[in-house]
Amino acid sequence: MAMQSTAALTPQQERRASSKRRFSAAFEPWLYLSPALVLLLVVLVVPLIFGVSYSFRKFSAFKSEYVGLAQYRALLSDPVLGQALMNTLWWTVASLFLQFFLGLGLALLLDRPFFGKKVVQAIVFLPWAVPSFLSGLTWAWLFNPIVGPLPHWLFALGLKSEPTNILSDPATAMWGPIIANVWFGVPFFAITLLAALKSIPSELHEAAAIDGANPWQRFVKVTLPFLAPTIAITVMLRTIWIATFADLIYVMTEGGPAGSTNTVATYIYVSAFKTLDKGYASAVAVLLLALLILYAVVLIRIRRSLVRYS
Amino acid sequence: MIAGRSRKARILGGIGLYGAVAAYVIFALFPLFWTLKISVTPQSLLYSEGITLWPSSATWENYKTVLRATDFPRYFLNSVIVSVVTAVLVTIIASAAGYAMSRFSFRGKTTVAVTLLLTQTFPLVMVIPPIYRIMGELGLTNSLTGLIIIYTAFNIAFATFLMQSFFDGIPKDLEEAAMIDGCSRSQALRRVIIPLTLPGMGATLGFVFTAAWSELLFALMLISSDSQKTFAVGLLTFIGKFAVDWGQMMAASVLALIPACLFFGFLQRYLVTGLTAGAVKG
Repeated sequence: MAMQSTAALTPQQERRASSKRRFSAAFEPWLYLSPALVLLLVVLVVPLIFGVSYSFRKFSAFKSEYVGLAQYRALLSDPVLGQALMNTLWWTVASLFLQFFLGLGLALLLDRPFFGKKVVQAIVFLPWAVPSFLSGLTWAWLFNPIVGPLPHWLFALGLKSEPTNILSDPATAMWGPIIANVWFGVPFFAITLLAALKSIPSELHEAAAIDGANPWQRFVKVTLPFLAPTIAITVMLRTIWIATFADLIYVMTEGGPAGSTNTVATYIYVSAFKTLDKGYASAVAVLLLALLILYAVVLIRIRRSLVRYS
Repeated sequence: MIAGRSRKARILGGIGLYGAVAAYVIFALFPLFWTLKISVTPQSLLYSEGITLWPSSATWENYKTVLRATDFPRYFLNSVIVSVVTAVLVTIIASAAGYAMSRFSFRGKTTVAVTLLLTQTFPLVMVIPPIYRIMGELGLTNSLTGLIIIYTAFNIAFATFLMQSFFDGIPKDLEEAAMIDGCSRSQALRRVIIPLTLPGMGATLGFVFTAAWSELLFALMLISSDSQKTFAVGLLTFIGKFAVDWGQMMAASVLALIPACLFFGFLQRYLVTGLTAGAVKG
């Protein structure tokens, strides 16, 4: 750069150079940040604003017109949306619950020494690397009675009266994507919780053991308080992520049969892409965003009040 | 007596531990094993031996057909192009942004950090309707360029936090020492910082590659012409279009798994850093 020959400059030039340097010190970080910020602005923020404005319009093949709150009024009387909201709740709570507890169990296992741990760790984290569409397809195939063993096993165990596909029965279909999601998501919790477990000073466990605490007491009094901050943030992020995760359901059932696996996320996708109703899809998206923000605010409030009282 | 009981407890505990480990291993591997198994089962045995643990004779026929007689090599190539270009772009842009966030203090830094954080928790389904329309008006549907732009933007925030954590891990003294020795900031960056961050950049590259490789919904929405399909889209339309050929489909899936698994093997040691950087800051 031009600054290499500073030594040979006159005082005047040097003053100019130093003011230039001060200017560039303020300017430089923005220069480095600008490509990232411009991209985020153009591809995320601008579409978001457009999306909100779409929710006040109605789109037909060649034109769109302003319809005020008509799309939002349509939301209120949409029975499919009501079902999709309940499905989203069930899908999110069941997936999160199973992912979290299985992930915690796995993290606690991997925190102990045992033979072959390195290999085991690589294997149990592997599902996280599998592309989500492949996770969905793989599980859809496992549930298929022609090529998959699961219907036959469920039949043999007496859980099903005949070896049929649980994905084609509205009463059980949601379990398919939930199980695939659990398979795919356990490693995430296991990895983050394992990292948090490793940061617990081992003296604490030793001191508690000397004081006569049994393993369960040590877990509740030492391990859990240390994990709490990680748990709070990962659970919050995961909830948002699972609630808006449409890939698995789309691949496995496309929301069917009879809308039994239709969540708000798949509903937005299908209305925008298949039925081309972008105005209505945007209104549903705004509703989903509002619900998620509400959830995050409530969770942060709860967390703050817990911190205050403890 | 006491010693006996504790030994018994230890053996039971050991059985429990290894039992639990085995259960997790089987749960993780079984679906992948099954896909592999169906992919080597000859078509003629599928209905009689579809649900046995291993077919009585195995074949590579499905793989040969997929590679020779279908469009999958084309889809595979498209996915490689999209994922590699996205990964390289994101790594460059995020390295610059992460460097700024790590090494400078400036007005508005907190705002930038919060903005990045918000875009990272931001549900992407929100922008599906507008992006579908905007890309159509820009003539970027049916093009890999459109996908690359979208994927790059979606991965920037996480990658920036990741790169920032790698830059934070390099002592500032190193850079300052180089600058005292007469290097300009850009020389210090080139000679000292970048060589030390190369592993971090490799990790970012890998994470973004896997994310782009896995993306389905935007690709499915934006791409309809056969020549531009990514692997995910190709596989899904394959299922819709043909009377399901299980063996070929699973052979194609196993092929799609290979890059993901390769990167995963390479990324193993960065997993904890990466996810904690993403989880704690995002």
